[in-house]
Amino acid sequence: MTYSAGLDVGSTYTKAIILDDHDQIAGKAMVSTGFKLDQAAQSAFEQALEDARLSRDEVSYVVSTGYGRYQVSFRDVNVTDLTAAARGSRFFFPGTRTVLDIGGQTMKAMRLDDQARVTSFRLNDKCAAGTGAFLEKTARYMGFDTQEIGNLVQTSKDSVPISGVCAVFAESEVINHLSHGSAPADIMYGAMVSLVDRSAQLMKRVRMEPEVTLAGGILRFPTMADVIREKLDMAVNMPSDDLVQFLGAVGAAVLGHLRIKKLAQEAAELEPSA
Amino acid sequence: MAYAAGVDVGSTQTKAIIIDEDQEIVARALIDTGANVVAAAEKAYVNSLENSGLREEEIEYIVGTGYGRYRVTFGNTQVTEISCHGRGAVRVFPETKTVLDMGGQDTKAIRVGPEGEILDFCMNDKCAAGTGRFLGAASSALDIPIGELGPTALRAENPVRISTTCTVFAESEVLSWLGKGKAIDDILLGVHQSIGSRSIGLLRRVGIEEQLSFTGGVARNVGMVHVINETLGLEVNVSEDSHYMGAIGAALFALDYIMGSRVPLKAQEELA
Repeated sequence: MTYSAGLDVGSTYTKAIILDDHDQIAGKAMVSTGFKLDQAAQSAFEQALEDARLSRDEVSYVVSTGYGRYQVSFRDVNVTDLTAAARGSRFFFPGTRTVLDIGGQTMKAMRLDDQARVTSFRLNDKCAAGTGAFLEKTARYMGFDTQEIGNLVQTSKDSVPISGVCAVFAESEVINHLSHGSAPADIMYGAMVSLVDRSAQLMKRVRMEPEVTLAGGILRFPTMADVIREKLDMAVNMPSDDLVQFLGAVGAAVLGHLRIKKLAQEAAELEPSA
Repeated sequence: MAYAAGVDVGSTQTKAIIIDEDQEIVARALIDTGANVVAAAEKAYVNSLENSGLREEEIEYIVGTGYGRYRVTFGNTQVTEISCHGRGAVRVFPETKTVLDMGGQDTKAIRVGPEGEILDFCMNDKCAAGTGRFLGAASSALDIPIGELGPTALRAENPVRISTTCTVFAESEVLSWLGKGKAIDDILLGVHQSIGSRSIGLLRRVGIEEQLSFTGGVARNVGMVHVINETLGLEVNVSEDSHYMGAIGAALFALDYIMGSRVPLKAQEELA
């Protein structure tokens, strides 16, 4: 059995996946990225190895991705977030044509061709209002932790309109709504609606086609997927449970196996002449 | 003697000014705005009255300005902060042609005529980048009081280049520079330069004509003044009263009402 590893060093979390050559996930791990990116990658990798009960030398190839992909000193190769997400989405849902990935500090929409190549993409990594940070800030202004967002928003009965133009200016908006007696759950829901409005714009610009696959840390809040489904008015794919956060890492690992195969093939071609 | 008052309710601080009929400042007051905007306006005004030693009925007219100007419940009327900063800056620095007002949540570039009338302006009100909030984010990320940001930045030798635009992301960028072992002075000068370049972008859109007067709360920051002077190659006007400029302008408009000369100024307010 050969194994490849995919390491997705995101702005907030670092994810590691170990994949065997039968497309089975052998191990996975997620750690907070912090500011020492190589260290985060290292510890995510070690934890994933432990999860898979494998030793370091049983993994033939390491592919890094995510914004910190160049900091992963033990990588064999790095690939862009887009390439990795494209492969990851096809791994889970072979019919994927469009991917929406909402992370802690970025939002990406991309359209894929038959070979899982990215034919069109739009991303926002300049403004927090279009990313997970917007939800995090909104929660914090109301005294809630990021971890509490999921439960909080599920109790929402109504949506409070949140403009979603700037994550900093949202503070006065949130305080205003609170002082007028709006429920925190409804404000949180409103923030999700405004975030989804922005992602719908990105989706439109890449000329979204079904099937649509969702990914990224924000999708671990089930309400978020409901709001997206409603806004796009179509069914969407989503990897189950926490795998929704591992799309990039899985894609990187898939690419790792492609490289392993290619290298083996090249070696085989070289042999007769040697 | 007639007296007029201007109350400038900003997003971060509320300022009150009382002037006499010779346009001389009689009293000042400054408090944090906080959550209760109505109370902040009242408190700043009452404090300025106390500082002036005047009785309430001696103040004939009160103008409210700033983002909370409609919460100045005791005010006689309201004038936008753009008009007020223009008016105040020209009163304090009569040669002013351009005003840069950097507040807690917005930055404005204003071109003014000889009487402080507004010829053109440009502001960022959709995004907190390039406003005082950016400094606030750096202050909390580095745990340095706002007042020490400027002096610390001035000690820098090799400023870092802040690449993020968004104030939210800047906070993590500041921490990541710290993680990479950069000196706090160098990080802070980078932060000042980043905000400075955004406000200079606004200034260029209205056209920079000397003299340039720097107003608003951020004008108290020596690092910011230094960065703007360096980048533009000029000396901006900064006064002890820079952050009171909007309130001074409001008080001058209030005095117009008392003196009956409000009418010709009406046009400016509409422009603003």
